[in-house]
Amino acid sequence: MSDIAVTVPETAKTPSLGARLFDSDLWASFKRSKVTMAAAFLTLLFFLVAILAGVLSPQDPFDPAQLELLNSRIPPLWESGGQAPFLLGTDQQGRDMLSAILYGLRISLVVGFLGVAFSATLGIGLGLVAGYFGGAVDAVIMRIADVQLTFPAILIALLIDGVVKSILGNQLDPMTILGVLVFSIGLSFWVQYARTVRGSVMVEKNKDYVAAARLIGLPALVIMLRHVLPNVLGPVLVIATINLALAIITEATLSFLGSGMPQTMPSLGTLIRIGNNFLFSGEWWIVAFPGIALATLVLAINLLGDWLRDALNPRLR
Amino acid sequence: MSAFILRRALQALAVLFAVGLISFAMFRFAGDPVNQMVGAETSPAERLEIRRSLGLDDPMAVQFARYLAGAARFDFGISYQFRQPVAQLLKERMPATLELALVATILALVFGILMGVYSALRRDSALAKLFQAISLIGVSLPTFLIGILLIYLFSVILGWLPSFGRGDTARLGWWTTGLLTVSGLKALIMPSVTLGLFQMTLIMRLVRAEMLEVLRTDYIKFARARGLRTRAIHFGHALKNTLVPVITIAGLQLGSVIAFAIITETVFQWPGMGLLFVQAVQNVDIPIMAAYLMLVGLIFVTINLAVDILYTIVDPRLRSSIHQPA
Amino acid sequence: MSIRKTLLAAVAATLLAAAADPASAKTFRFAFQGNYQAADPYTLNETFTLGLHAAVYEGLTKRDKDLKIIPGLAERWETPDPLRWRFHLRKGVKFHDGSDFTADDVIFSADRVRAQGSDVKTRIPSDSQWVKVDDHTVDVVLKTPNPILHYEWDTWYIMSKKWAEKNNATAPTSASATTPSYAALNANGTGPFILESHQPGVKTVWKTNPSWWGKKEHNIDEAIFTPIGSDATRVAALLSGEVDLMDPVPLQDIQRVNSNANTQVLTGPELRTIFLGFDQRRDELKYSNVKGKNPFKDVRVRQAFSKAIDVNLIKDRVMRGASVPAALLISPLLFEGSKEFKTAAVDIDGAKKLLAEAGYPQGFEVGMDCPTDRYVNDEAICQAAVGMLARIGVKVNLNAQPKTKYFAKVLATGGYDTSFYLLGWTPGSFDSWNVFANITGCRDDSGKGGPFNFGGYCNPKLDELAAKILVETDTAKRNAMIAEAWKMERADVSHIPLHQQTLNWGVNKKVKIVQRADNQILLYWVNMD
Repeated sequence: MSDIAVTVPETAKTPSLGARLFDSDLWASFKRSKVTMAAAFLTLLFFLVAILAGVLSPQDPFDPAQLELLNSRIPPLWESGGQAPFLLGTDQQGRDMLSAILYGLRISLVVGFLGVAFSATLGIGLGLVAGYFGGAVDAVIMRIADVQLTFPAILIALLIDGVVKSILGNQLDPMTILGVLVFSIGLSFWVQYARTVRGSVMVEKNKDYVAAARLIGLPALVIMLRHVLPNVLGPVLVIATINLALAIITEATLSFLGSGMPQTMPSLGTLIRIGNNFLFSGEWWIVAFPGIALATLVLAINLLGDWLRDALNPRLR
Repeated sequence: MSAFILRRALQALAVLFAVGLISFAMFRFAGDPVNQMVGAETSPAERLEIRRSLGLDDPMAVQFARYLAGAARFDFGISYQFRQPVAQLLKERMPATLELALVATILALVFGILMGVYSALRRDSALAKLFQAISLIGVSLPTFLIGILLIYLFSVILGWLPSFGRGDTARLGWWTTGLLTVSGLKALIMPSVTLGLFQMTLIMRLVRAEMLEVLRTDYIKFARARGLRTRAIHFGHALKNTLVPVITIAGLQLGSVIAFAIITETVFQWPGMGLLFVQAVQNVDIPIMAAYLMLVGLIFVTINLAVDILYTIVDPRLRSSIHQPA
Repeated sequence: MSIRKTLLAAVAATLLAAAADPASAKTFRFAFQGNYQAADPYTLNETFTLGLHAAVYEGLTKRDKDLKIIPGLAERWETPDPLRWRFHLRKGVKFHDGSDFTADDVIFSADRVRAQGSDVKTRIPSDSQWVKVDDHTVDVVLKTPNPILHYEWDTWYIMSKKWAEKNNATAPTSASATTPSYAALNANGTGPFILESHQPGVKTVWKTNPSWWGKKEHNIDEAIFTPIGSDATRVAALLSGEVDLMDPVPLQDIQRVNSNANTQVLTGPELRTIFLGFDQRRDELKYSNVKGKNPFKDVRVRQAFSKAIDVNLIKDRVMRGASVPAALLISPLLFEGSKEFKTAAVDIDGAKKLLAEAGYPQGFEVGMDCPTDRYVNDEAICQAAVGMLARIGVKVNLNAQPKTKYFAKVLATGGYDTSFYLLGWTPGSFDSWNVFANITGCRDDSGKGGPFNFGGYCNPKLDELAAKILVETDTAKRNAMIAEAWKMERADVSHIPLHQQTLNWGVNKKVKIVQRADNQILLYWVNMD
């Protein structure tokens, strides 16, 4: 997927994270762009409804006891045949689409966030280690990164998913599957972080303060961490935002290939895969609403990512 | 120089070994191939006998050694489903996938560059905004959904384009091509657009960003100062400088395109390697899965190696920092 | 030849091919969700594949449009005594390569079909002797009487001895072959079509056989098969007129196909029965919160489950009307006496009461295995069952997997690793005995006995009766015994029969085709306007 490392040139070091991220420039550019504000609003809204899914949903779509087959395939409320409380209609198991989307959104976001958090931690860690120690350690890590960069994330995720499941056996509960997804998506996206961090460490390593820290016996790695992290936070944030969108799409694609979340605990991607089958049959709401939800979510996150990238890159300003 | 290439080649071999190991580990999960090879009424005793004769009961180490020995000669045996040599099946399917991937990449390059240049030069025009919007939609919808929506629109409702397959193909030696027949070309449109959309988005954004940066550099400013025409500056200098990274990325992404063809080929029943792979997974056809993964691994490694070597030839200074982002 | 010349030649060839195609030639294009894997007729015992073989190959017997057995390559046959059958072969029949069809070919085929690597070994008893009486007469000598000896011979296809020997294809293309087999890509039968080309997984082409011995009932000159795995794409291909027939139509798209001006869905009853099964063999269920005992050993628990499952609601909502609720584990088309049996009535309170009596007033938890891509809407059926069982307090943890992983787990080779499962079964011989032998017969842990009785249900009395049914040659007596056996099975609730799914073929309206209940697509009955 997007294998191009995002590069943001090192700007002058500023000690405070908050000040650096939300300095007046950034805030100003945010206020300038109506699209960005809309995207931020939408993203926030999605997060909010995902967190409040339990409160907002008329039904728990993951509990089979609450699904009534008699209520299956009801069209949205405003169509003829629509029934309360099924605002967006129901699917063929009698699952309320609105509830399914809210809960599915939560699953997709959890997979995305945990996947990104995992890959960022891994990438930052490996980048630090590679940059600081250099030599053979650096060579090994960076060669692995090179190789992985040429392989598409989807294939890597698919392979890791397969291998992990083969180790765990074939009776998996949905939460374990979720864990496997996070793991495989996380493992396929760490490279960009590692490169960005490594580059920054290379620059910092030779600076005087590191040598000074060494001289007075302070652990240089810790000192560097304190100086490197703020520097790379911008680019890492940009990568993370774009990868969040990518991770959500990757989960949906894995679902299409049969390795996503199960139907009893569907993510947005699983809902779309199921709904796919109803595209020609007139029951458009089973695919349309999850599709719109996913596209809007990913679009909003991507717009935020774009804005962040442009805003943090002074050359483009 | 040759030491460098040798080192890289050895690394490539190590990568292939790793791919082999991972895919071998994956086969254990794929299911029991025997159940897909026999009818429902075949007795358990016969199933066990087939399992044994396939060597699936041998110790893991023996199986892995046999698998590696085969892989080294690219001999993956006979497909469980089709009872044909896997190498032959892949050879028959390869042209379909490579044509699709190539056409998709060319489409992505042409439209990506055009749209990218335009939106860099006319940053605030309505059309540039539209391009941006299209490019965002390209990354915001899953590929399979885009494919099915296209089929619905252009095959079912409008009836303009075929919904599946390659159309008529012509033979050139062992290569089959759909590029020489009308139905073959028509059949290529939707799959290649679906496959290329993501790459197009990527290239368009890259071109736009690179152009914007190049246009700011001193040497463009200098060109302007020398009084060169705007058009000459834009296309003769700025674009030319942009193209090197763009084409490099597109080349590196070719592997990605081939891998993503798995999904496109499934949606459009495109008779390529990706479809063969997906069907192999569904039927636990281990020989095909193994061969496909090794072949794709080989393609990736080759592309990577070629890019590395080209880089060092072009600029030896890059040797130590290959792949460092521009 | 330079590349340019090659290109030009290729273009010219393509143009010529297009021009040479006479406008009057009728081509029938069809698609199926799966592949036509190998053209060798002994490689895979599976309905769709067997049906396609029938274009090229023929058996000694055939089955007509109502599945009645009729003469095929054997003109007639008689049983001088219960252990000896005599078959009189049709004269003047030629294989596609021009050679004559004789008794040698039958004997060769009888050996080949029983050889190592054949998947249709059960077509003839392994200990039967085949004797050539003359060029057109064959005797079969049996060790035990067998009234249904020839029931599956419509799909035991006769191959040419000479052709097989010439092409080194005397052994069946086995699953574990290490060399490619000629017979997997080529075919030489006596049938109404000639295999023109077979690109496995891509395209298969047949041409009509002008010198076929039989009376032609089709008017097509050519048939082209393409597998299309994606449901949506297959529907689109039919709607846009790119294929003339496709199978199956997903249930949700039936209406859409019917409302399209040029297409319709041909539906008919299918012979496969879908049912739920319980592990009744282990002393403690593998996937359950009940420890130390197995609730499914208690018939009341099985009855309670049966009362909780509403097969009519499943038909109505999950199957969209496209199923026939089943009272027995066999289709009513295959057993005349099935009218006496009724589907279980839904009774939630009764079910709860039974559970309480059995010692589970609060219900219990159990894991369920379910395939996701084997039967029509299989996963949706399982989900529906999970919801229905929740109403009687049973919490079912659904483990739905693709068929490859599902079967690897639940079959004998996987150690029958399941507590509760969904399965479908078509008796290959179209006879109840097949179900008693495979689905309800007692078995040991290795699968000896009833190999597809995953749950290990066992009633020795039922097995005894089944053994008698096998050798009974008097039809009326036999049917009475079968009815008796089904009563025993119902009293035990060995499984919960759900329904027979329907066949749903999407066809272009210009196509006339016979849809037989065994779901074979038979090219020799295709006519096009």
